Amino acid sequence: MPVARSLRNIGHRVVNAVWRAGFAARFFAMTLLYSGTSFRRFHLVVREMFSSGVMSLIIILVSGMFVGMVLGLQGYETLKRYGSESALGTLVALSLVRELGPVLAALLFASRAGSAMTAEIGLMKATEQISAMEMMAVNPIARVVAPRFWAGVISMPLLSAMFSAMGVFGGYVVGVVLIGVDEGSFWSQMQSAVDFQHDVLNGVIKSFVFGVAVTVIALFEGYDAPPTAEGVSGATTRTVVQSSLAILILDFILTAFMFRGD
Amino acid sequence: MERTTLDLWVGAFVVAGIGALVVLAMKVGNLSTYNVSESYQLQAYFDNIGGLKSQASIKSAGVLVGRVTEVRLDTDSYKARVTMNIDKRYQFPKDTFANILTSGLLGEQYIGLMPGGDTETLKNGEIIKKTQSAMVLEDLIGKFIYSKAEGSNEGSK
Amino acid sequence: MSSQALVEISDVNFAYDSRPILKGINMTFPKGKLIAIMGLSGCGKTTILRHIGGVLRPTRGYVKVDGQVMHELDHDNLYRMRRKMGMLFQFGALFTDMTVYDNVAFQMREHTQLPEEIIHDMVMMKLHAVGLYGTQNLMPAELSGGMARRVALARTIALDPMLIMYDEPFAGLDPISLTVVGQLIRRLNDALGATSIVVTHDVQESLKIVDYIYFVSDGAIIAEGTADDIRASGEAFVHQFVHGEMDGPIPFHYPGGNYKQDLGVRA
Repeated sequence: MPVARSLRNIGHRVVNAVWRAGFAARFFAMTLLYSGTSFRRFHLVVREMFSSGVMSLIIILVSGMFVGMVLGLQGYETLKRYGSESALGTLVALSLVRELGPVLAALLFASRAGSAMTAEIGLMKATEQISAMEMMAVNPIARVVAPRFWAGVISMPLLSAMFSAMGVFGGYVVGVVLIGVDEGSFWSQMQSAVDFQHDVLNGVIKSFVFGVAVTVIALFEGYDAPPTAEGVSGATTRTVVQSSLAILILDFILTAFMFRGD
Repeated sequence: MERTTLDLWVGAFVVAGIGALVVLAMKVGNLSTYNVSESYQLQAYFDNIGGLKSQASIKSAGVLVGRVTEVRLDTDSYKARVTMNIDKRYQFPKDTFANILTSGLLGEQYIGLMPGGDTETLKNGEIIKKTQSAMVLEDLIGKFIYSKAEGSNEGSK
Repeated sequence: MSSQALVEISDVNFAYDSRPILKGINMTFPKGKLIAIMGLSGCGKTTILRHIGGVLRPTRGYVKVDGQVMHELDHDNLYRMRRKMGMLFQFGALFTDMTVYDNVAFQMREHTQLPEEIIHDMVMMKLHAVGLYGTQNLMPAELSGGMARRVALARTIALDPMLIMYDEPFAGLDPISLTVVGQLIRRLNDALGATSIVVTHDVQESLKIVDYIYFVSDGAIIAEGTADDIRASGEAFVHQFVHGEMDGPIPFHYPGGNYKQDLGVRA
């Protein structure tokens, strides 16, 4: 009965996925519930901000710069056809602040810091460090998971802002310095088109949501990983795949709510 | 790593991040030209606002003086009521004229204020009486075709 | 003996899904004693430890520690109870992102409000007790297996627990480290006035140090007694286990059906 078997297979996968989603939601709730320690002992969060935020800086800054430069180049080529090169600043800034900054920074964050978080927690579990902590009457969610969660959530909007700022600079370098678009119109058109509340703040909200999604996925996958080398490497891969999907889907939903028409 | 070095790095990271946000707000965005606390509200009724949206700019003599905050239909008069936030630094006479204009042929729409000669100025919450609606391209084309058709009908008679 | 028992296991049954792991275990661990639970890998030894730590709930029966039934404690009381316990994990389970010093100081910082100078002195004392004074600034990755085990031991006894559990403390150690760790377990138990439970399959080393032994096979106790009792035991399985014989009640061959028939040899 190959039909019955594949139906059963599909059913099994769906049931499994729902179970895992439920576990992840419970895990997220526990993380929020046991966040007190992270704020009473903020140096725990600071330590994790170093490994997730500071360590992601170089890739974020370099990528931001190059994305902005490409935008400057491509944007110029396209806008030139309509004789509106002066709108280059608007194009570069709006695409970065609204979309590319939050989304690309989150994707880079997922593969740089998210996968590292999964691997770290997965290894701590495989080497019984998590069990040891529990036996020492220390709640691993409060001590290990929550500080990493808050570090990720705080770092993400900062990284995304740096990505966008770097991108605008890259666009400026290519557009104004190399190609020779008028500097005045570059900045003034940008400033009159980019609204602080509508564009910049919405971008920050986006990156905050992405930060929550990526860190929850990364931490859950690590915490849930089978305690073997295979289990941890599989979990790391799943973190990158799932958080990338989550970022893009959430981006669509958020964009639909934030920028519909008005 | 030593705790102090770590703190230093993270501190620099946070400052750089907030700095980037400030750059985005001031240099890239319009926060420097847009201050909610130092503004006053005016309202205006239009027969047709065309494609005017909230956040659209309000200009006088080409200078940005404020932004549209709300657009809604007034069900008593069936006119569009537009609420505007105007920078406190700019005061306008009572008989100011509000036009809905288009930047360029197909660009976005904005409100242009043309000051009159009255000595009294508009206060917070007051209504601009003199308005001119947007020029809607369809209406213009419609009028044009209609007049053409009229003309050709007359010719065939 | 039972009046002075620190840990009491009464008719504990436990099953994963429907696969029975423990079948009616009864054990008592008197105060101040060092007791071993022995058996083959996968016989349920570690599961017993997990019940004592309150990680698992028995499907029937109960585990009492210091007069309290473990599976009836709520989260806060369970954690309060665990502070009085120490557990040494199979490979030490040192926190790999912390130095030796921070590892040993971990529980002191988490559970006490002691000033850093006192913590420093306590850490040095614990490290000295396991003979590793001077390693405080090393990372766990820089330690040998035996040293890591001793650091983990120092961390386990950081808050002077009343009950110390050891999960395979001898696994993967060279003969010298083996003796060192064995002697440390005995000495620390006596010095702290604690009660220790050692789960192991290392017969020779543990027989040298323990007061009493429970033999577990397939989820049930099949023999118990002092080291001499066990050495002299007539039980076929215990004999095979203690003397490490190849064939006996635990057969060399997996029960895989008729091998000769498979090869087509007619008997």
